[in-house]
Amino acid sequence: MIRDHFRILTVDLATGKGKIATIDGRDTEVGGSGLAALLFNRYGHTDKPWDDPEQPLIFTIGPLTGYFPLMSKTVCGFKSPYHDQYGESHAGGRSALSLRFADLDGLIVIGKAERLSCLSIGSRHLELMDVHYMRGIDLQRSGKMLRKMISGAGHRSIFRIGPAGENLSAYACITVDTYRHFGRLGGGAVMGSKNLKAIAIQGDGVFDLPEGKDYAELFEEVHKLLTTTDMMDKYHNLGTPVNVAVLNGIKALPIKNLQQTTDLNIKGITGETFADDTLLRNTACAGCPVGCIHIGFVREKFMEPNQYLYRQVSYDHEPIFATGSMLGMTNAFGVLSIIDMVEKMGLDVMSAGVALAWATEALDKGIISEKETLVPLKFDDAAGYKEAMQHLGLGSNDFYRLLAQGTMKAAEQYGGEDFACVLGQEMGGYATGEVFFTSQALGFRHSHLDSGGYSFDQKHEEKNVKEAVDFLVQDEQGRVLLTSMVACLFAREVYKDELLADCLNSLGYTTLADNMDQVAQHIQKLRWRLRLATGFDPAAVKIPKRFTEITTWKGNIDKKYLNNLKKEYAKRILALGKIEKKEE
Amino acid sequence: MKTAKILTTPRMERCIGCHSCSLACARLVNKRLSWDTAGIRIISSGGLSTGYESKPCLACNPAPCALACPTGAFSQRKGGGVIVKRKLCIQCGDCAAACPVEAIYLDATAEPFVCIHCGQCVPFCPHDCLEMAEVEVEPLNEEAGKEVAP
Repeated sequence: MIRDHFRILTVDLATGKGKIATIDGRDTEVGGSGLAALLFNRYGHTDKPWDDPEQPLIFTIGPLTGYFPLMSKTVCGFKSPYHDQYGESHAGGRSALSLRFADLDGLIVIGKAERLSCLSIGSRHLELMDVHYMRGIDLQRSGKMLRKMISGAGHRSIFRIGPAGENLSAYACITVDTYRHFGRLGGGAVMGSKNLKAIAIQGDGVFDLPEGKDYAELFEEVHKLLTTTDMMDKYHNLGTPVNVAVLNGIKALPIKNLQQTTDLNIKGITGETFADDTLLRNTACAGCPVGCIHIGFVREKFMEPNQYLYRQVSYDHEPIFATGSMLGMTNAFGVLSIIDMVEKMGLDVMSAGVALAWATEALDKGIISEKETLVPLKFDDAAGYKEAMQHLGLGSNDFYRLLAQGTMKAAEQYGGEDFACVLGQEMGGYATGEVFFTSQALGFRHSHLDSGGYSFDQKHEEKNVKEAVDFLVQDEQGRVLLTSMVACLFAREVYKDELLADCLNSLGYTTLADNMDQVAQHIQKLRWRLRLATGFDPAAVKIPKRFTEITTWKGNIDKKYLNNLKKEYAKRILALGKIEKKEE
Repeated sequence: MKTAKILTTPRMERCIGCHSCSLACARLVNKRLSWDTAGIRIISSGGLSTGYESKPCLACNPAPCALACPTGAFSQRKGGGVIVKRKLCIQCGDCAAACPVEAIYLDATAEPFVCIHCGQCVPFCPHDCLEMAEVEVEPLNEEAGKEVAP
């Protein structure tokens, strides 16, 4: 609904009751990332640990959600179990439109349920259901059970956690509508700590639209830009896995725990191979005509003679890098079988894959033994990795329980910190060089999407620290505006400032349309202040030695350049997060 | 023989679940933002088939919903389906109860929403799932064909 304020539902799991609040800030915090930070400032506790029942788990959408194509993402804000600092994770699916049609700009969950529960909400209902019998049940089975329990197929979104979330893994994800995820930084563990197995949001509200033809005409214009030009071809065609061969070609694909950046045998796991051999169909987030979600399949022989089962598994560049090239995999179906287990357990696929890549090298080097890994981890061994993923999700022994808290945490105890591929959290799938490593290691979400460091590496030969850091700061600012609307970042080339302003104006958000630059700066600072207040020290960030040992198409990594980038970016982050006097 | 056009969904296997059709109908025909107040609605189908199903009006002739309507708000449309006159509707919901394929959505006030076969949703489908088909216009069914003036 178009309104100059936010309508927020807070549900206390301890009582099962909710409260609707009206909160100002549309013209300053916008929605999405800005709104999540605003709400954490109001409802969160910087001084209490992430799993304190009073800590909020926040989901927010923006002013353009549902009103325009690809405005289809939800921001999740929480104090992360990964680093006990404020963090954000983003997901699509039907999450954003479900919140819009439930007539909410934000949902906040506080408290801890007495028993494992499912929160079900809509525009006209709120119920906390006891689902204690779902404890330990994997994500695929719990999904089937929940879909039967809750009405509104197709017009609802179901967020759920698997065993990893219940076991409080620091990189347990929240799975959204089976194929999308609030993947990074452990939102799943926050739900687990609250005894919350699932959240179902029914999008059953109906809203008026602006008078006149302007809005509908602008919608059609944007829809045509997205569907009839080549701007979104990459995502519609092979999808992000097109990156696998490209990065491999320029020696920038993390392979075998980043021991290599290119491999002649990559063909078995390229985007082209996935499409030719494994692609069943595409699917889309609600409100997105692009349909970038690629669904492959796994087929398993479970009994002789010729008895098979199959499951559908979504894939993207990041899962393929993390459970494919990082684990030395050479076969697409092998990769999908590992992703399938990750999905069942409810782990963040990027962290889980990179964690096992480290464990494989650590085992090979004799730092750990099979007593720890329980399976003889070897690169390109899908069956072994599948079993190990299950151990990681279930927390089968002390080693896996520690590894599930973060690769560096395990490395600090067992050794092997030099080759732990951690940049704030387990790395993303780009070994493009110094600017990307700096960007992820210090970035707000430690996400490859915080800013386009990977792109800067590819476009710039020169090593100009100021220029690179200026780019990171400026690019983050542009992206935080989009993630406050909340746009899918794949549409960042379409939703330039002018079009964003037109969209806002068509809905009557004229003040916001006139002040986008100032608003973006404000939200960027707001988020950094929150991050610093919860303990982040950018100057203390370390980039493990492995990142300086690689060779890309540019040659060896320049340690001095990397160090200078890190120092300068840390300085800029501290300046961004500094509390200005008038705001004290 | 005269002809009319009706909305058909011949290629639903291609559907990616983007809801662009439903949102277009709600926006352009019913002037609302909603998943529900639309003449075509998409649901996900789990289980064996997997994918998406549409819930459009199948352009019955005679239309059970028009036959069930006690006030003439729904009347038979030439070529199949119904003509809707909202001012005549008393929100009894009989039309939705009569529809064999759940094509009519009733909002919280029991106001009905059904496809009027205008085709405005068709160009918004990115995978060409939808099509306006030309059908021969048969003589109106006597009972359902009584068009009531507003």
